[in-house]
Amino acid sequence: MGQTIIVQDLRKRYGDVHAVDGVSFSVEQGEFFGILGPNGAGKTTTLEIIEGLRQADAGTVEVLGMSPWPRNPRLLPKIGVQLQASSFFERLTAREQIRTFASLYGIPARKADEMLTVVGLEDKAGTQSEKLSGGQAQRLSIACALVHDPEVLFLDEPSASLDPQARRNLWDLLRSINSTGRTVVLTTHYLDEAESLCDRVAIMDHGKILELGPPAALVRGLDSATHISLATGVVAVAAAQELAGPDATVTDDGVSLTIATRTPAPVLAELAERNLLTGIQVRGATLEDVFLHLTGREYRA
Amino acid sequence: MSPFRSLSRAMLLGFVRDKTSVFFTILFPLMFLVLFGALLTNQGVSKSKIIQVGPVAVLDQSQGLGEILDITRRNDLAAAQEEVRQGDFVAVVRQEGDRYQLFYTAADQVRAGTVRGVFGQLIGQANAAGVPQRFTLEAEQVEDKSLKVIQYVTPGLLSWAISMGATFGAAMTLVTWRQKKTLRRLRLAPVRTTTVVSARVGASVAIALVQTAIFLGVASLPMFGLRLSDYWWMCIPMVIAGTLVFMAIGMVAGGVAKTSEAAAGIANLIVLPMAFLSGTFFPLDAAPAWVRTVSNIFPMKHLNEGMLDVMVRGQGPASILPELGIILGFGLVIGLIAVLLFRWDDV
Ligand SMILES: Nc1ncnc2c1ncn2[C@@H]1O[C@H](COP(=O)(O)OP(=O)(O)OP(=O)(O)O)[C@@H](O)[C@H]1O
Ligand SMILES: [Mg+2]
Repeated sequence: MGQTIIVQDLRKRYGDVHAVDGVSFSVEQGEFFGILGPNGAGKTTTLEIIEGLRQADAGTVEVLGMSPWPRNPRLLPKIGVQLQASSFFERLTAREQIRTFASLYGIPARKADEMLTVVGLEDKAGTQSEKLSGGQAQRLSIACALVHDPEVLFLDEPSASLDPQARRNLWDLLRSINSTGRTVVLTTHYLDEAESLCDRVAIMDHGKILELGPPAALVRGLDSATHISLATGVVAVAAAQELAGPDATVTDDGVSLTIATRTPAPVLAELAERNLLTGIQVRGATLEDVFLHLTGREYRA
Repeated sequence: MSPFRSLSRAMLLGFVRDKTSVFFTILFPLMFLVLFGALLTNQGVSKSKIIQVGPVAVLDQSQGLGEILDITRRNDLAAAQEEVRQGDFVAVVRQEGDRYQLFYTAADQVRAGTVRGVFGQLIGQANAAGVPQRFTLEAEQVEDKSLKVIQYVTPGLLSWAISMGATFGAAMTLVTWRQKKTLRRLRLAPVRTTTVVSARVGASVAIALVQTAIFLGVASLPMFGLRLSDYWWMCIPMVIAGTLVFMAIGMVAGGVAKTSEAAAGIANLIVLPMAFLSGTFFPLDAAPAWVRTVSNIFPMKHLNEGMLDVMVRGQGPASILPELGIILGFGLVIGLIAVLLFRWDDV
């Protein structure tokens, strides 16, 4: 499989801020690629350089074998972009917006209307974009990015301000787009989103990529503890410590008692024996732990 | 739909749905027209009552003065002067050989001024020509003068309205599209910059032509009494050229400004003084010579002149070509500056 995107040693400074500080990665054709990181990590800047909206100070970018900078009209029809800030024409209805965008790509109005249905906005078709809710505007923005069937799709925090249902629907939509062989690159704050959607994730902070790989591999490579939580009072802290052995850490925050252990199987067996499994929660390591491990900081979305 | 058509359509819809823009572009200049028309037209047609003592050649031989003068005949000069002093009449006039004497009241300065003006003109013409037939001719000119206000004001206000519409349209679109990231989104679509710009030009020209139609329609109502000359339709190329040059000015304002408030301020700062200095609202005849000289550097001056020429001065189609050329020249230069100042993004 070919490389759809090749980024080498990308750098971008704003005054003293190194927004992107030596980023290199490549995305394969048909891959679902995620960039994960907290506010100000440099995700948007990286994405905008790849899309051709900004010029890098240094480094090279190649998308579908072409350079996105300066504005490359041969590349533009092949990429679809949803910007972080919704960008619509003033005072046009949802239907008028998407039809206008479609016309810029030579796509007929009928196809545009279909896309509105795909994102579940058909009943808002006659509403002016200023009067859509945050999540509806977000969905319209995604529909506008998809209307011309791009080969590569860039999404900057697509699930921001979506309700859980819309978020699930969006995930399904993105999976189905990806399954037709399109490459998808998204940025997100949500670890679960990255884990559930992405083939590979780049974890970014302070303009640098800290780790890159399939979410499962990142988590597995972490060798971190499994957390077993019970309601406080079910078992005393001392008893729990004894039951879990000396390697485990037991904490109680007054709501739940949590046992962190690298050998969860015997602990769970022991709890089962004492008939304490009701209401129990078992959580393996997540990207959050990967992030914590990499930066020594709690992940704050 | 082609990108050009769909973009122009998007811009026009955005304009029509913005009540404030529609008000300031269409209704606001129209209010000025109504105001000027009502104020000045009335003043023009209301008659001045004067007394004529004995035969007065310029009055006796002129026709059509009845439009502005209400003439009463008396024989006694002193009694007539008393009547003027009482305020029943504006002035007394008599002729003694080559001497015309005009006794007017200081109480009604405006009418007295009018009467003095009328006589000054009549006698001036009599002196210049000395042929009785000329009086009839001049009388008609005097009659025209009373209607002249709307004739003068309409082309001027129209060119002002078009300048405002084009400048604000271009400046606002540029700034809000940049702020709302619409420009970046367009940059990501395979549409040529020239298509985006010409769509905006198309929308602005359409708006300007609608402005023109409404304006001329209202001014031609009997109550305002605008009378267009034969080649008035030559104002259409003037309107289009004016739209282009003022859009370029708007693009400059929008290129410099960061917010729409700033853009509106800059646009006003350019267009309003220019309107006054170009003789849009008041003729520059009475202005100092240097003002008239300076006014030539303003495209609106040339727009005004061209509009006046074809709409009311009755000049032929070819007469606007120099003004048209000058306006388009301005447009080219300012347009180049606008291109240099153009930014897709805020930062
Ligand atoms: N136009 C700009 N001018 C100056 N600094 C900027 C600009 N854009 C971004 N930055 C800075 O660059 C850094 C990275 O910003 P960027 O928008 O790429 O972060 P992000 O990862 O997308 O954050 P978020 O999750 O909040 O969207 C930030 O510190 C930001 O302040
Ligand atoms: Mg961002």
